[in-house]
Amino acid sequence: MSTTLTAPNDITRARTPSTTRPFGLVRHSVALAKRSLIKTRRTPEQLLDVTLQPIMFVVLFVYLLGGAVAGSTHDYLQFMLPALLTMQVTFASVQTGINLNDDIKKGVFDRFRSMPIARSAPLIGSVLGDVIRYVISIVVLLGFGSLVGFRIETNPMSALAACLLVMLFAFCMSWIFVLLGMLVREPGAVQGIGFLALFPLTFGTNLLTPTDTLPGWLQAWVDVNPLTQVMAAARGLMVDGPVAGPVIHTLLWSVGLLAVFFPLAVRAYRRRT
Amino acid sequence: MTYAFQAEGLVKRFGSTTALSGIDLAARQGSILGVLGPNGAGKTTAVRILATLLRPDAGTATVAGYDVVRDAERVRRVIGLTGQYASVDDDLTGTENLVLIGQLLDFRTSDARARAKELLSHFELADAADRPVKTYSGGMRRRLDLAAGLVGRPDVIYLDEPTTGLDPVRREDVWRIIRTLVDDGVTVLLTTQYLEEADALADDISVIDQGRVIAAGTPAELKRIVGGQHLDLRPTDVARMADAAAILADVAGQPVESPGRGQLTVPVADDTALTAAVARLDAARIGVAELSLRLPNLDDVFFTLTGHGTTDTEEDAA
Repeated sequence: MSTTLTAPNDITRARTPSTTRPFGLVRHSVALAKRSLIKTRRTPEQLLDVTLQPIMFVVLFVYLLGGAVAGSTHDYLQFMLPALLTMQVTFASVQTGINLNDDIKKGVFDRFRSMPIARSAPLIGSVLGDVIRYVISIVVLLGFGSLVGFRIETNPMSALAACLLVMLFAFCMSWIFVLLGMLVREPGAVQGIGFLALFPLTFGTNLLTPTDTLPGWLQAWVDVNPLTQVMAAARGLMVDGPVAGPVIHTLLWSVGLLAVFFPLAVRAYRRRT
Repeated sequence: MTYAFQAEGLVKRFGSTTALSGIDLAARQGSILGVLGPNGAGKTTAVRILATLLRPDAGTATVAGYDVVRDAERVRRVIGLTGQYASVDDDLTGTENLVLIGQLLDFRTSDARARAKELLSHFELADAADRPVKTYSGGMRRRLDLAAGLVGRPDVIYLDEPTTGLDPVRREDVWRIIRTLVDDGVTVLLTTQYLEEADALADDISVIDQGRVIAAGTPAELKRIVGGQHLDLRPTDVARMADAAAILADVAGQPVESPGRGQLTVPVADDTALTAAVARLDAARIGVAELSLRLPNLDDVFFTLTGHGTTDTEEDAA
């Protein structure tokens, strides 16, 4: 390599004037989100939970429970799919925490932390980049759903609004898993603890069965569970049912989750050594 | 004297473990400071404090005059970090890694691309530029690591064990690159557990052990601490070992040791011993495969300073 190393001056010293450009946080976050997208593209096996898993759940739930719960698989599909969509997208947000934990373990984030960028940029970048996972999850679920008979009974705009609302909620909720990713040692632990928290949140709703069939204590849980509101909003916007109340609740929960867990996650990231 | 970076009395504890118990480090601009010590000595902790990744529990450190705690943002603008803890991304290609770093340093995308291309060809990675890093060999990865630390044209570069795990040929490659950096006025902090590496590269060496600097100076000064020169001899004929040993003992007036099979070594007062030994060996018709005068190597230095050699204590705490 001696030949190329004879003229190193222009390599290290010739400073290109890099003017301080505005909107640093946005540009840095977008650059890091792109990194996250490239990584997703190169490791497609990480997409199993947003590609095959939604299909599996539709098949399992609709054909296993449909007859018993709703008397017909079609009615059950209409009842359940918007809620299942909410569950899937929420599940997909756990991966962000797993990936971040892995990045930190591998030392990739140490370089980012030694650079003059906002502390939150790598976290925002990862969360933004993982929005693609939500999109894939929704496309697969709606695609497969319509194949087996699911029909949007409202209108396309309203269905789109449902998807965006669910994604917004998952985006805000994913900061819990980002925080978790900062606090625990192993990516596997993020997954374990994440799903331990998610199962009561997602299944402890009217996802599978109408609330009035549940025992009282479980009804109480379902009523306070934010996922119930998100699922109701998705159901209302896609099939039928009340819209305004659930949507407002979902938005409030989203803002609340973001307001609490974003600062906590950034603080934990700052402190993690 | 102005220092490119300077640390005074750094203390860092992790729970009940004390990683650093008050170390001082400093490097003149454009020089290489070698920080030498076994695993667990506190090398990485010191680098992480100087790179603003950790806050010291006590003591101060400045880089280019900026305090690493109060002015961390400014420090980050002048440093480049490379090594075991600041890695490149395995899933990204060489180009993608370097372009990303350029973008994070506020380069325009076109400038970031140009800079990535320039560095990749400089480090002979042009052919591998569009392959994911996980397909790189160990040597290529280290070169990309180095390149990643250089994207922003830093004034101070931290190289944390840049050659650990590389074979000797690849190590020499990395050494050559490191030497060219200081030719450009960059200041380098190099941590290593290879005594040979510090000797080959560093202008000054701080030897650290269990969180303390136990010796500091130029490589030659450190070698002198251990004492004078040694005369090494390897006779061609192993049968004449006893005769050769007697001659060396006589010339040096010191007991002769045999550090390995067919080898003899003896401390000598000055270099006239070499000529005397040559004459006497010749007169006794003892063939010589190797005869040399050397300063003690840094392994000897470490042993003399710590009394326990370079055995690992524990894994680096952070």
